[in-house]
Amino acid sequence: MSYVAHDESAFVRPPEIGEMELYHPKTFIGKYIWSQDAKVIGVQYSITAIAVGLVALVLSGIMRLQLGFPDTFSFINPSNYLQFVTMHGMIMVVYLLTALFLGGFGNYLIPLMIGARDMVFPYVNMISYWVYLFAVLLLMASFFVPGGSTGAGWTLYPPQAILDGTPGAHWGIILMLVSLAFFIIGFTMGGLNYVVTILQARTRGMTLMRMPLTIWGIFMATILALLAFPALFVSAIMMILDLLLGTSFFMPALVSKGQHLDYSGGSPVLFQHLFWFFGHPEVYIVALPAFGIVSDLIAVHARKNIFGYRMMVWAIVAIGGLSFIVWAHHMYVSGMNPYFGFFFATTTLIIAVPTALKVYNWVLTLWRGNIHLTVPMLFAIGFIFTFVNGGLTGLFLGNVTVDLPLSDTMFVVAHFHMVMAVSPILVIFGAIYHWYPKVTGRMLNDTLGKFHFWVTFLGTYAIYYPMHYLGFLGVPRRYYAVTGTDFIPESAHSLNAAMTIATLIVGAVQLVFIYNLVRSYFKGKPAGDNPWQATTLEWQTAHTPPTHGNFGPTLPAVYRWAYDYSVPGVEADFIPQNQPPAQKTARTEGKPS
Amino acid sequence: MTTVLLVLVAIMATVVWWLLRQTFNVSPWIERRAIDDVPGDGAFFLPPVKVGLGVFLAVATSLFALLVSAYFMRMAGADWTTLAVPKELWLNTGALILSSVAMQWTRNAAKRGVIGQVRIGLTAGGVFTFCFLAGQLWVWQQFSASGYFVFSNPANAFFYLLTAVHGVHLLGGLWVWAKATAKVWRSTEVGPVHLSVELCTVYWHYLLLVWIALFALLLSTPPRQNNCTPDTVAICGPAR
Repeated sequence: MSYVAHDESAFVRPPEIGEMELYHPKTFIGKYIWSQDAKVIGVQYSITAIAVGLVALVLSGIMRLQLGFPDTFSFINPSNYLQFVTMHGMIMVVYLLTALFLGGFGNYLIPLMIGARDMVFPYVNMISYWVYLFAVLLLMASFFVPGGSTGAGWTLYPPQAILDGTPGAHWGIILMLVSLAFFIIGFTMGGLNYVVTILQARTRGMTLMRMPLTIWGIFMATILALLAFPALFVSAIMMILDLLLGTSFFMPALVSKGQHLDYSGGSPVLFQHLFWFFGHPEVYIVALPAFGIVSDLIAVHARKNIFGYRMMVWAIVAIGGLSFIVWAHHMYVSGMNPYFGFFFATTTLIIAVPTALKVYNWVLTLWRGNIHLTVPMLFAIGFIFTFVNGGLTGLFLGNVTVDLPLSDTMFVVAHFHMVMAVSPILVIFGAIYHWYPKVTGRMLNDTLGKFHFWVTFLGTYAIYYPMHYLGFLGVPRRYYAVTGTDFIPESAHSLNAAMTIATLIVGAVQLVFIYNLVRSYFKGKPAGDNPWQATTLEWQTAHTPPTHGNFGPTLPAVYRWAYDYSVPGVEADFIPQNQPPAQKTARTEGKPS
Repeated sequence: MTTVLLVLVAIMATVVWWLLRQTFNVSPWIERRAIDDVPGDGAFFLPPVKVGLGVFLAVATSLFALLVSAYFMRMAGADWTTLAVPKELWLNTGALILSSVAMQWTRNAAKRGVIGQVRIGLTAGGVFTFCFLAGQLWVWQQFSASGYFVFSNPANAFFYLLTAVHGVHLLGGLWVWAKATAKVWRSTEVGPVHLSVELCTVYWHYLLLVWIALFALLLSTPPRQNNCTPDTVAICGPAR
């Protein structure tokens, strides 16, 4: 027997679990400062991460000034050059990318996209942000302590990191290590929230396989981070003990200025293992949320269901698992048993398989799609190009014999900036252009957005494509100056100058982006509830921006996956996840109740 | 790094097994049945805080496994002198076992709803834990009085580090325990503290297991003397 239903009451059983109780603050401070609302916390994370990222961007500009125009700027010297390199790297990787993807987008999007009121532990979530902010402040303080911030390189390798002669070998490195420890503690608080919320707080009907890929990416990246960050935590604590209490976990016996130091037999390679046990999953901690977000951007703006959803989910899981067994490819130059080298080279190449599957699926989603070249879509397509380029050079470096001659050259800098800096940043920009209307209720300016995209996209290629060539020439990385070196031709110096000019242009255009963010907040075109006509739940809220509790009196129920675009036979080109079926044929026995 | 890899393989295998059960043979693009028809949405039938504790224990396991891996790797150094494990650690281990037993007894009492036994059991569990921590500090004090300083030898450094990390985890547990204990002495019913008691019990059992693993590691480390000689000062550094 069949029945016809037009409203969801016919399909939805009464909730078995009561609604979570929300804390409703009444003061401005309670709402926007000590807020327990995940959306506000997400914005707090985002603003802090972008602010500290701008500091790192300025540092990169200063570094490029030195490389492009050596002996020109008196305020740059070898010591502070190394400090700028170190702080730029650490800020960008940990304090910007990790914090923005997981703390920023994670907090804002998880409850909204899975149909929850908030995170399951809102108070812990709030503490997580404040611990993160404290970690950022500690790191920034290191610029102002005696000796300045650490100049050990972002990998902080001992023994150099804590030896006299390295910039910031005392207060600078202490503050860096303590800041990292606090960052990890704060992240663990947030990460527990993200995982448990996704597991336990999904609204009715939101099965795992109906979750948008953004949530899958954040979910898996959080699991990786929760398991990998302890390695950085352990290495930070052990290095602090080596520095302050004179233990020899990592510090080998050393002679400095003719004197034996009080260290014995420690293992710098042990530190490298611990660091890269965190460091390589970190690549995917950043990449997986980017993969998820870009999948959603492409589906929405190509008006087409994502190609190979199940494959995409399992590629995310496979990449997450494999990312734990490739770490030593960062240590080929440290020396290792050739069989280990073979093992790690093989696993590195294997991880390219699920990654390539994702790229194919993005391209196949675009194939014959109704592509809208909106600003988020431009950034998404830019990401695909850049990620493929960066990924291909990763295949070079994954092989021991190719890595050894290239490892200490600018080729590596070019590779990881393409794959780990430009690619995720393009996704972040795309995501901001995509979700800004939901966060503020206003659209970002389209013309400024397109200008921002083209200058950033072409500009970063002007920086990093030539850098690969410099690497092939043998131009070393980390060096303050390479003038007067016979094997480096004059043309390389000209190239360096051109790359620096491109850097300054790319840096300057970010001010246009910031201007757009601020201006649109006040004067942007009203966005409405669902300006992109997207299917996912965050676009189906009763208010834009969503109020505390997200969904009004009743949580939405989910009837379909997140990718019902251009469904044949349906007039509208999208069907929201919470739209009940208009007609259903079913046995009436026992249902609907 | 073998230790931590094995642990992570176990954790990831659990995650993948669970995900397979949720996602295998599902075709979300054609599944539009009514909510009532969906066989559960994959959430555990547990309070979120219990799932949160499980996730936290996975993180802590990763932390301890990394420390143990580092211990094994550093043990190969020429300057390693295996620590003679003091007998007092057996006493401390006994105190921790008693605290875990007390917690389990409390949990059983909470299930039966006997508030008086919950009060006694919870208090006893905490007291035994404080005894354990005091005992660990006592061992530290004895070590340093005998010249086994944290910087004298990597084995010593690891002993202090492992016990400190374990102790800090216990202190975190004691904070939750203190809140639960204060509540149970104010309450006339078990209901408000039932969940806290369960969480404490699981956490105490976990930390007992971790301690037993660490203690076994210390006991099973092959005895070895520092191989350093005046000729190997370049590797071993100056004598301390």
